[in-house]
Amino acid sequence: MNIWLAIGATALGCYAVKLAGLLVPAGLLERPLVRRFAALLPVALLAALTAQQTFADGHALVLDARAAGLAAAVVALMLRAPFLLVVAAAVVVTAGVRALGG
Amino acid sequence: MAEQTALTDIRADGGGRPDAAVVRDALGVGVAVGLSGFAFGVTSAGSGLSVWQTCALSLLVFTGASQFALVGALAAGGNPLTAAAGAFFLGVRNAFYGLRLSQSLALPRAVRPFAAQWVIDETAAVSLAQPGRRAARIGFGVTGLSLYVLWNLTTLCGALGAEAIGDTDAWGLDAAGPAVFLALLAPMLKTTAERAVAGLAVLLGLGLLPVLPAGVPVLTAALAAPVVLYLDGRRRGRGAAGRVDTGEEER
Repeated sequence: MNIWLAIGATALGCYAVKLAGLLVPAGLLERPLVRRFAALLPVALLAALTAQQTFADGHALVLDARAAGLAAAVVALMLRAPFLLVVAAAVVVTAGVRALGG
Repeated sequence: MAEQTALTDIRADGGGRPDAAVVRDALGVGVAVGLSGFAFGVTSAGSGLSVWQTCALSLLVFTGASQFALVGALAAGGNPLTAAAGAFFLGVRNAFYGLRLSQSLALPRAVRPFAAQWVIDETAAVSLAQPGRRAARIGFGVTGLSLYVLWNLTTLCGALGAEAIGDTDAWGLDAAGPAVFLALLAPMLKTTAERAVAGLAVLLGLGLLPVLPAGVPVLTAALAAPVVLYLDGRRRGRGAAGRVDTGEEER
């Protein structure tokens, strides 16, 4: 039930901001400071999420096969690989390292 | 004959692009990104959500990063509302896409509540790249429809597949979430300020992980944005005091 609560809250919140953008008068959100903040907020969240989901196990920091997978994703990104290939590289390398006992 | 059609198309929009070219671009994005719903379905089911819950997220939330963030936080044992808050903050950027799109698409008010669900990174990227209103509307509609349909179908397949194979970690599928975040993040790291925000957020997110409840460190890491914005503003302020002429020229 708790999970449904989270799903409901996320769905409502995310829909509300999408709709707000289409309905709100332009001047309100067009202030430079607000715009810069909105551009930097996802950067902070995505960076923190990437790091956590790679190096965290519960409340402990760990270095395991996921780090190798993420490194593969970095390489794929630097080679300008398409989105799906970046994700696939991370998955395949992580699985490979685990299979080798990493 | 084909040439003639192309010419008519161009004229129909006073300098716009041929419809076929817009549709091709839109489908390219819609299909490529739509297929990655598979990774979401697998990740979500692997995080312990049911197939119904997974599909509800793709149907109702429909903004990839928020969906991954939510299931990641729930899997880490986060409080449901903390998890939802993180997902919500990631969705806030869509408001700014909507703002831009409402100008370029000029949709009738009655249509906006329906179009809103499709206001995401990809539809904004495709439609805002178009030269005219007609092309922008086609780009938005085709990207939105193809991505929504495919994303939901592949989410279902991924969720069913994850249930079938059991231990998704053994297949390395727990690396899909962070790889998706990284792929979304990489093109945003253009300026020093953006890199500083990312670096500080990583430090906060990992540093606070052992001491704060699950899900809270990510929300705290969001503070990296206002902190860097403030420091950047002070630096600029000082620079402007020294050289008055370059003062306000941000945009």
